[in-house]
Amino acid sequence: MTTHEGDNLPEKQPTSGELEAADPIADPGLPAHTWRPTDVDPKAEKRAERQIATLFGLSAVCTVLFVVSYFTLEIGEVTTTIGGLGASTLALGLTLGGALLLIGIGIIQWARKLMADHEIVEMRHPARSSDEDREAAVADLTTGLEESGIARRPLVRNSLLGAVGVLALPVPLVLLRDLGPLPKDALFHTIWEQGMRVVRDVVGTPIRPSDMQIGDLINAEPAAIFETDEEGEPLVEGVDLQVAKSKGAVILVRMGPDEITPGKGREDWGVDGILCYSKICTHVGCPISLYERTTHHVLCPCHQSTFDLADSARVVFGPAARPLPQLPLMVDSEGYLVAQRDFNEPVGPSFWERG
Amino acid sequence: MRFLNRSAGRISRHRRGPVAGLMVLLLGLLLTGGLYTAFSPAQADTSASDEELVQQGRELFLVNCSFCHGQNGEGVRTVDGDQLGPSLVGVGAAAVDFQVGTGRMPMAQPGAQVPRKPVSFSDEETAAMAAFVASLGPGPAIPDESDYSIEGMSAEEREAAIARGGQIFLTNCTACHNFTGSGGAMPRGGYAPRILDVEPRYVYEALLSGPQSMPTFSNGNLSPDEKRDVIAYLQSLRDDPAYGGFGMGGLGPVAEGMYAWIAGIGLLVGFAVWIAAHTTRTSKEKVES
Amino acid sequence: MMSIDTSKVATSNSTKAATASKPSKVGAAATWADDRLGLATGMRKQIRKVFPDHWSFMLGEIALWSFVVVLLTGTFLTLWFKPSMAEITYMGSYDQFRGIHMSEAYASSLDISFDVRGGLLMRQMHHWAAMLFIAAMFVHMMRVYFTGAFRKPRELNWVIGCLLLVLGALAGFTGYSLPDDLLSGTGVRAADGFVKSMPVVGTYISFFLFGGEFPGDAIISRFYVAHVLLIPGLILALIAAHMLLLVYHKHTQYPGPGRTEQNVVGYPLMPVYMAKAGGFFFIVFGLTAVMGGLLSINPVWKYGPYDPSKVTAGSQPDWYMGMPDGALRIMPGWESHFLGVTLSWNVLLPIIVLPGVLLTILIALPFLEAWITGDKREHHLLQRPRNAPTRTALFVALMTFYGLMWAAAGNDIIAIQFGFSINQITYFMRAAVFIGPVIAFFIARRWCISLQRADNDRLMHGYETGIIMRSTEGGYSERHLPISEGSAYSLTARDRDEIASETPATDENGVRGPGTSRVERLRLSLNRRWYQHNVQKPTAAELEEAHHHAEHEHELQSGLDHPADGHQFDGHHTVDEEALRGKH
Repeated sequence: MTTHEGDNLPEKQPTSGELEAADPIADPGLPAHTWRPTDVDPKAEKRAERQIATLFGLSAVCTVLFVVSYFTLEIGEVTTTIGGLGASTLALGLTLGGALLLIGIGIIQWARKLMADHEIVEMRHPARSSDEDREAAVADLTTGLEESGIARRPLVRNSLLGAVGVLALPVPLVLLRDLGPLPKDALFHTIWEQGMRVVRDVVGTPIRPSDMQIGDLINAEPAAIFETDEEGEPLVEGVDLQVAKSKGAVILVRMGPDEITPGKGREDWGVDGILCYSKICTHVGCPISLYERTTHHVLCPCHQSTFDLADSARVVFGPAARPLPQLPLMVDSEGYLVAQRDFNEPVGPSFWERG
Repeated sequence: MRFLNRSAGRISRHRRGPVAGLMVLLLGLLLTGGLYTAFSPAQADTSASDEELVQQGRELFLVNCSFCHGQNGEGVRTVDGDQLGPSLVGVGAAAVDFQVGTGRMPMAQPGAQVPRKPVSFSDEETAAMAAFVASLGPGPAIPDESDYSIEGMSAEEREAAIARGGQIFLTNCTACHNFTGSGGAMPRGGYAPRILDVEPRYVYEALLSGPQSMPTFSNGNLSPDEKRDVIAYLQSLRDDPAYGGFGMGGLGPVAEGMYAWIAGIGLLVGFAVWIAAHTTRTSKEKVES
Repeated sequence: MMSIDTSKVATSNSTKAATASKPSKVGAAATWADDRLGLATGMRKQIRKVFPDHWSFMLGEIALWSFVVVLLTGTFLTLWFKPSMAEITYMGSYDQFRGIHMSEAYASSLDISFDVRGGLLMRQMHHWAAMLFIAAMFVHMMRVYFTGAFRKPRELNWVIGCLLLVLGALAGFTGYSLPDDLLSGTGVRAADGFVKSMPVVGTYISFFLFGGEFPGDAIISRFYVAHVLLIPGLILALIAAHMLLLVYHKHTQYPGPGRTEQNVVGYPLMPVYMAKAGGFFFIVFGLTAVMGGLLSINPVWKYGPYDPSKVTAGSQPDWYMGMPDGALRIMPGWESHFLGVTLSWNVLLPIIVLPGVLLTILIALPFLEAWITGDKREHHLLQRPRNAPTRTALFVALMTFYGLMWAAAGNDIIAIQFGFSINQITYFMRAAVFIGPVIAFFIARRWCISLQRADNDRLMHGYETGIIMRSTEGGYSERHLPISEGSAYSLTARDRDEIASETPATDENGVRGPGTSRVERLRLSLNRRWYQHNVQKPTAAELEEAHHHAEHEHELQSGLDHPADGHQFDGHHTVDEEALRGKH
């Protein structure tokens, strides 16, 4: 490979012939090299040298400061602050950034000011191999294939292909079978059941209708997830708890009974204007409780589906296709709100088998 | 080192730097003086009896509020049946203190969204109107400072209250007001306002009264203790140092993406331009040695 | 092609062991290594390899270096992060959550943020560098596309780049999900919804992915192994292939005096390019550190631990997932029920189908263009975007589509920041994503063509000096002066478009001629549309004619060409030694 210095350019190659002939202006060739002040003036050169060394020196100072900040600025229980910001992160970031930036800027200044900056020319070669190499490679390949006899022995070839095919398709699938259980009917029911109390989220206390005023919104959960055995150990915990919450979370709202348009067959699903809906958006499953007291609309913060809770959670806007499932309510013997039964449809996003 | 403050934002303070101690002392002195001058003259005017207060409030109400809310606070409907101003019977003094105290009422123009703006009435006038509206029907009263303050608690109790408040906040409030209390969008141009720097009393009153479209969190819904805990958590968020640096509005990934593109890619492309740019040239020739 | 001088290569491969002529320490070490590895043969070609210098050639480097920063900071984070969904009670330094139940993953994220010195900085640098990595890939891709650098022989490198883009986004999404905070959990839950929308297999994939019903206890450790091993491994392999091809093909260059299809003009790898690239690494690393120290990104302690019954306003994915998320937001709620099954178009189309279609279009672009233009030649000289108007406009349209979808993903933030209604924004976007790209296409195309005309004007009539001349009749005109030979050459150093000629579909006997199959006719018609209205560079005769005309004009204005007319200060001349007034 040859490299050419300066304007010692090769002749233009007539590869794309006729077009080149139509070019209005001939290639004047690389312009003559011009010099930088640092090339011709020893003083400027020294100055640049000092400037670059200063940058590297300052970088080292930053690194020292980085180590000092690491050990002096406290985090955790008692955080040191600078102007309301966490001091450790701020100082470590700025000193580390300074140290790195100064090295980078220094190196680049070195390249720009002091390293030789003659542009040089390298010739290209086509991406393809030479015809000679191609022919030789094809010949070798043919010889190899012939010696293997793969064309002449279809029985061996085909049985091998078959065996590999049989191996490749099911084995990974079989091996991955235990990634998870089959869905079965898991998505069709939740932890809710007849008579289960609707309790406040976080604190787990049951709710009387009289606790709620018109306009109230309660983020609620099924009572089962707060229940404990005699020793105080939770009955539902770990994965079961997360699954129960992810399908069982509900919102309770109370509105004036005259404001409600009860759905067909849902006339007795509310208690004194208190309605209960699944909190899980039917679009892709975000929990939603962005409730507007005045319009009875509830909005999903993920993709802005909007549901009208006064009208069976009908979709009034956005990408969701189905209303939020409603949980039929009643009052138990102690006067607390309970579910009449589980939801009568799967909660959350749609899926193929949903029907 | 003057503005270095070791301790900021922790609820249970275990150690403080010596500088912080001095600053706290200084601040304390300043505050006491300031509070004294601010509150001492006001005490002279608060002797009006309840009935006088209600009467005074009624007069203010008739002039300032009755156009939309009706002469007796019964609410006014427009010809189309829309609500011009809702009935104020039973909203209680808390609602008035919130709406007037934060400048939301009187409204600049009717609409679902009522922004906070400079307050139009003095504290006494607000109190008078609150007393009048409270007299229309039973409703939540203006909370006392002891209702939402955790000052009297032990360090452990405070920590527990804040942790509980955090969970309640994340369950009931973040959905609309965002995880840092920076606010969020609601349907049809509405929005849940920023609540991070709202005074505790107004947060409490908003929970009680459900201003505008906000659902109410009455005491049967969220107990007074739970409300107090939420406020304590919110306060702790506000008092926390910004551990990771500037928060970019606390709006989440959209702001972060914008900074990555504008600050990050912008500066790096700037550096690339500098790296590839030709340096100054001179017309002088190099003298070969 | 230029014949390559192979004589030197041959002589250097002597049969004797190589010996350093000057026994220095470095030389001795090099000899020791070469005796065993034989590296010199390969390296001597690469050490002084030429790279052309241009800022737009360094955009890919930003991506490369931010990926290195991601690897370094990510390794730091793995020392403390626990990819486990086991429930524990938090007892760390962050008071607000002490005593709260949470996953080990979230607790260890809090520990990294509050109890490991520099941990929060590293977390923030990791996140910033990841966002910069993908953003830089996008910017790099735009440069490659708009300059036509993807043309033969570099199509495969374009494909590798597209795959890197997808892998980068996947790495980002899996990383975003690891801390198990409220935001990341919400993202994973939405992803579960996406998976479930797939026909037939969706529910099964969801159950296999999560190890049962969402959220299960497996997803974080599974995402973790993808995030730290599988995806970075693939990215590294593809980056290696990308760079090897870059070295093999040699870098493209912008046309200019002395720069041809047969050569590459620039600085040698050693030392200039190595210094510039190495220096740039430190700059990218340093800037990421400054951003990590100054700007709070993903404050997981504020989101709180993931709880499937909680959510926050402003639930958004990171920016690179914004496009499909925006599509989800503006999609109408369509769902079909038939034969006892459900098909959710409202999820399937925007999040599963659309990204796949866009990626396919992206990968196909080089092949599509080559098919339409029928161009089979190698190209090493870059084009200016204006000189391929349709191609440029096509990408501008795609970018407009992407940008609008992207903006739609921030509709709630736009609504509160600018006082709009999310409903109005959504309705607007539903129309704009279809109309916007079409408008953008036509504007970009006509803009390019106007710029081509302007280039030809500059070539034939010179540049505008800004000097107004008054003729003896009292008419005013602006004085034009010829541009330098170098810039004139650069402007003309482009190919003429090879527009397909109109071929009759049938010959005189009514028999279809060769090459006029249905597909070929489509290609020919696309070809003509592709080049329609493009402005070609002038021929030598046209240029001669124009210059002749200009000389005549100058004659009319003669006598004015003294130093005080000010044209020296029009930015086209060096002025250090120009006197404002002549010596007369």
